[in-house]
Amino acid sequence: MNQKKKLDLNRREMPKQPPHIRRRNFKEVAMGYTVELAVGEAERCLQCKKPLCVQGCPVEINIPGFIKCIANKDFAEAIRIIKKTNCLPAVCGRVCPQEEQCEISCILIKKGAPIAIGRLERFAAEWEASQEHIEIPKIPPPTGKKVAVVGSGPAGITVAGNLAMLGHDVTMYEALHEAGGVLTYGIPEFRLPKKIVRREIDYIKKMGVKLITNFVVGKTKTVDQLINNYDALFIATGAGLPWFMNIPGENLNGVYSANEYLTRMNLMKGFNFPKSSTPIKKHNRVAVVGGGNVAMDCARTAARLGAEEVYIIYRRSKKELPARLEEVENAEEEGVIFKLLTLPIRLIGDENGWLKEIECLRMKLGEPDQSGRRRPIKIEGSEFIMPMDACIIAIGNSPNPIIPNTTADLEVGKWRNIIADEKTGKTSKDKVWAGGDIVTGAATVILAMGAGRIAALSINEYLSGEK
Amino acid sequence: MFEVIEIEMIVPNLHLLTVRAPDIAEQIKPGQFVIVRSDEESERIPLSVADWDRKEGTITIIFMEVGVSTQKMASLKQGEYIPTVVGPLGKPSEIEKFGTVVCIGGCYGIGSIFPTIKAFHEKGNNVISIMEARSLNLLYWKDKIKPFCSSLFTITRDGSDGDIGHIKHIVEILHKNGIKPDRIIANGCTFMIYKASKDLSIFNVPIIVSLNPIMIDGTGMCGVCRVTVDGKMRFACVDGPDFDGRLVDWEELLTRRKQYVDEEAFLVHNSGCGGI
Ligand SMILES: Cc1cc2nc3c(=O)[nH]c(=O)nc-3n(C[C@H](O)[C@H](O)[C@H](O)COP(=O)(O)OP(=O)(O)OC[C@H]3O[C@@H](n4cnc5c(N)ncnc54)[C@H](O)[C@@H]3O)c2cc1C
Ligand code: SF4
Repeated sequence: MNQKKKLDLNRREMPKQPPHIRRRNFKEVAMGYTVELAVGEAERCLQCKKPLCVQGCPVEINIPGFIKCIANKDFAEAIRIIKKTNCLPAVCGRVCPQEEQCEISCILIKKGAPIAIGRLERFAAEWEASQEHIEIPKIPPPTGKKVAVVGSGPAGITVAGNLAMLGHDVTMYEALHEAGGVLTYGIPEFRLPKKIVRREIDYIKKMGVKLITNFVVGKTKTVDQLINNYDALFIATGAGLPWFMNIPGENLNGVYSANEYLTRMNLMKGFNFPKSSTPIKKHNRVAVVGGGNVAMDCARTAARLGAEEVYIIYRRSKKELPARLEEVENAEEEGVIFKLLTLPIRLIGDENGWLKEIECLRMKLGEPDQSGRRRPIKIEGSEFIMPMDACIIAIGNSPNPIIPNTTADLEVGKWRNIIADEKTGKTSKDKVWAGGDIVTGAATVILAMGAGRIAALSINEYLSGEK
Repeated sequence: MFEVIEIEMIVPNLHLLTVRAPDIAEQIKPGQFVIVRSDEESERIPLSVADWDRKEGTITIIFMEVGVSTQKMASLKQGEYIPTVVGPLGKPSEIEKFGTVVCIGGCYGIGSIFPTIKAFHEKGNNVISIMEARSLNLLYWKDKIKPFCSSLFTITRDGSDGDIGHIKHIVEILHKNGIKPDRIIANGCTFMIYKASKDLSIFNVPIIVSLNPIMIDGTGMCGVCRVTVDGKMRFACVDGPDFDGRLVDWEELLTRRKQYVDEEAFLVHNSGCGGI
């Protein structure tokens, strides 16, 4: 329709705290669009007849639809449209890899200026949060069916929210003392304020979801015990088991798993020590091993805790870094030093058992491997030493084994991930569905939500058909 | 929220806490632990469960006052509620008919070893219990434990109760009384169970110790509690807390436990047992 409109290729930047300031505080880095910026950005959208962006979105938000509303300043309708398929827009607008999903599919990428869909999504969610009255969807009369959701990360929240919206009686179980999964214990405040996660949890509670924290399914009660009291059960326990490198010195003091480091900081509010009693160490020279979002979060947390030098040690080159580009740039701006094509081979301690140095090898890139990325190859004899006070290992997590180990008739894969049907989320066990990182291994928020969405559909179908 | 049913200092620096936690009380087995947070700002503290009442739905913990979080816990009042008691965590102790089982408890370990002693007795083992403390006024639960053992010895460092001495003296007690253990269990502070693992290795039987490294989540997520056992990295929260003390890398564990000593320094009290 707007064929004749002049192309506006000015992708509106989102205001951010300047690097030298944000490097030392825990407040959110990106400050969000103003109304003016949002409307300006939304007006750039061509409202394509066959919008490619929607196909790129794992939960198929009606992207041109909500963007049009923003352009027309009908923000209430914009958020309503988003929430039809995405119950966590404030989260997704902040942490989704839009650059490889919707934005990469936007037609305007050819001109180098795709619509900033994530920023607009975030804007709509923030607009709603700033309203006095938050709309709670009308909930149909109770169906009398009871569903248990195990794990309160994005997959669990999605299933709980979607099923509550259909009138089912949902109880969500969480092992930790706070709900939210990785959104609460992993992703730092400066990227995803905890206030937002709490808001989303409150929202599904208002829809009738009951939340039971401090409850480890498989320990406090097993799946087999719980299932007797429910008509269906969804497992979304995530990929919480940290990997280590299997090199000498990993148990030295000053060596952390990313999970430990981030949990101390986020869930246990280590930044607030001694008011909150869980300590987190301030180290001067910190190395983070790994190249994903988790590694970037650790590095940037270390900088904020006052480290003078923070390194990312990654065995491939910059092009292969799995972290979102935006986060890599943020880290660089905040002074994080990238030691690429480098592999730690030994952690060396001092006489008191504290980390002192990291011995590394240089790498070069060879032929592409199965993942399509070029395989890193060791350069023999290239060993070198980096003096270091702390090392955070952020090379990945595998699925949490507690439920696979304590549940009968539940088919699991090689990594003890739960096997679930891709189209329904159904597992091999009667009345049990699963989704999110526990099925796929560590992935993304939106994929976990996508899995939650299809599982909710399948569970609802099952509950409706069941006599 | 979990209701405090009973809180009492049973000996100097050691407190008994009973809370209502029916789900845990129903599932718990000897050797398992819970994680407790006494208020919203507290650390998550792993504590062995020393007793439970399935009918009443309560569990009992004996804890030592060492830092801010345990100080706050000690000042709880009956009828108050605490935000987190989660569990039962860890693998239950292996309870089989082994023959003669020597159970050694010191400090809070006198309490935490009680369910194990009882279970071994019920399985038909000949249970010998040895309680170790600095002084008579630090011993407790002797009467509670006694009915489940064929003999109960005490060792105090000042000789105020039982024999005079330390862990090493256990070897002598066993020899003197002609006791040949088929299995040894030790609960208590890290230093005590370390000493037990060293001194009693001459018997050539498994010395099962309940490890107590620093933990956060207790479900295998944070990896803080990693220990080296038999050359392999294990997580005390999910693979343990019981391990054969003869295979544990003690130096590493003792060092790891000291990681946050600086942060706690201005808060730590003299623990009363000389260990950590
Ligand atoms: C530091 C970090 C940064 C990340 N950054 C991004 C990003 O920028 N963008 C992005 O898209 N993705 C990111 N991810 C990945 C994303 O967070 C995960 O893919 C997503 O959270 C998975 O959701 P989930 O619901 O499957 O599991 P989780 O979020 O892991 O939630 C699982 C929940 O289940 C609970 N649980 C586990 N076992 C039990 C049990 N037995 N009983 C009861 N409860 C249990 C856990 O405590 C947890 O709360 C990041 C991950 C981390 C760790
Ligand atoms: S592809 Fe880009 S231009 Fe087209 S509708 Fe989607 S966001 Fe708008």
